[in-house]
Amino acid sequence: MAQMKFMCDAERCIECNGCVTACKNANDVEWGIQRRRVVTLNDGEANEMSISVACMHCDDAPCMAVCPTDCFYKTDDGIVLHDKDLCIGCGYCLYACPFGAPQFPQQDAFGERGKMDKCTFCAGGPAESKEEEYEKYGSNRIAEGKLPLCAEMCSTKALLAGDAQDVADIFRQRVVHRGHKDGAWSNNPQASADNLAYDAAHKG
Amino acid sequence: MNLLTAQAPGRVPRSGKGLALGIWRFMLVALVLALSIGFTQVAVAQADPDREMTTAAPGITAEQWRQVRSGETGPNYRDSRFDSNYSLINSSGETWREIRNRWVSPFGLIAVFGMAALIALFYFIVGRKELEAPRTGRLLLRWTLMKRALHWTVATLFIILALTGMTLLFGKFVFRPLFGDGIWAWMIAATKVLHNYLGPIFGILLVILLVSLIKENIPKKHDWVWFKKGGGMIGKKHVDAGFANGGEKAWYWILATVGILVIASGFVLDFPNFNQSRDTMQWANIIHAVGALGLTAISLGHIYIGTLGTEGALEGMTTGYVDETWAKEHHNLWYDEVKDQTLSEEEVAARKSSGGSSEPSATRTS
Repeated sequence: MAQMKFMCDAERCIECNGCVTACKNANDVEWGIQRRRVVTLNDGEANEMSISVACMHCDDAPCMAVCPTDCFYKTDDGIVLHDKDLCIGCGYCLYACPFGAPQFPQQDAFGERGKMDKCTFCAGGPAESKEEEYEKYGSNRIAEGKLPLCAEMCSTKALLAGDAQDVADIFRQRVVHRGHKDGAWSNNPQASADNLAYDAAHKG
Repeated sequence: MNLLTAQAPGRVPRSGKGLALGIWRFMLVALVLALSIGFTQVAVAQADPDREMTTAAPGITAEQWRQVRSGETGPNYRDSRFDSNYSLINSSGETWREIRNRWVSPFGLIAVFGMAALIALFYFIVGRKELEAPRTGRLLLRWTLMKRALHWTVATLFIILALTGMTLLFGKFVFRPLFGDGIWAWMIAATKVLHNYLGPIFGILLVILLVSLIKENIPKKHDWVWFKKGGGMIGKKHVDAGFANGGEKAWYWILATVGILVIASGFVLDFPNFNQSRDTMQWANIIHAVGALGLTAISLGHIYIGTLGTEGALEGMTTGYVDETWAKEHHNLWYDEVKDQTLSEEEVAARKSSGGSSEPSATRTS
């Protein structure tokens, strides 16, 4: 079985926010929620770097581990999904998530959180009908044999989505072509143990 | 540029000679373009990754990795999410998860159920603390109606909050497999709503209760002796105690410290609309869970001593009155103060029917 992963090549991301828009459009995401975000470090400086972030569909997902209702599950493709019928909006997944992926609509009194919403890797979620699935979780492109729209529409192909092995292969090729000695994550003392290409290649 | 302006609409050549000239100029442009493409191809062929690296913008540096790990967001940090105050990586999330799942959760369970087991063991070995002397039938007012009402409201809310809180922490291991998703979804949603809405009410009422009882719970020298004698369990003699004994005062001050901490951290978690950060809520959650589980464990002791464990204690909190003998044996210093205010059962019944039981300073009716 495939192990689906996202990977953002920070040296290609040009902070166009195309992925953010594509996601919002593909999944008809609720007002005020943005499943994908683009973070820019050192904006305007010589070492400026941008990276697109959403749910990274962790192997050992912290959200799953701390959820009081146990509403998360992992598909055979390694995609982390959640059941909105079980979600109570406690916010624990947000406390635990390394990527700030879970978001909550705030329409109730006292800032009470609504049901959590996050990236589904365009794989929908548990529902009785297709309509209900779209209403609650957005589109299910995986069921149609397509990859997430954010990565499909990325203009510089910085954002890659797919089986971990494929993503790692593409990224490795780029790294070799660029001539980086330790992957694109240069000068990271933990590069060999820490980078996503490495993880993807070894866990795929 | 001359070549291009020659093609401008104002100077379109109309004669045959002009047309021929236009073709020549077009071919010249094509040649220049072709040559320039050739040069570009040469440049691509000469690309040297090492040389490019020296002129390219630097990749991700150690400094950036440090920045990402520490979660700091400097003035040049941008996040495209409109209301986001998040750093790129929430490093403390994993710490919170470890503390909660590996320590708080299992040890909380051990604390609560361990306490229950210890109390059961104590009950079967030592048994109930009976009154030593027979009851005199004369009663003393111990808890006014107001304080009893406050106590039972706070106690009921405490039990509901403890049960719902423990369901939030452990429920998924027990009730989801037991009841299935349909009932579990309804149950856990109700659990959260109860916990979040009753919590603040409990907090306010507990503070009122603590304030109303502070006078009786100022620590005195004899309380220290009470503790050294294990509340009378070490040595056969009765130990001195005022209105509240050492143990009751300890419970009071645990509630006044840990209880307030639990309430304060609960407010931080319950009202996420004040822009408090994830880190703040992580710590609030740990403080809340540790404090609340500790209070739950200790409360079992309080509940046992107040009901099963001590003869004559529960009636004080239900009827408001305790027997003279009970007062003498458990709170001798308080008894000395109020022993001239004893009432017979008929007098108590008369006072209750006239609604005067809530006034401790009410004069005797006969």
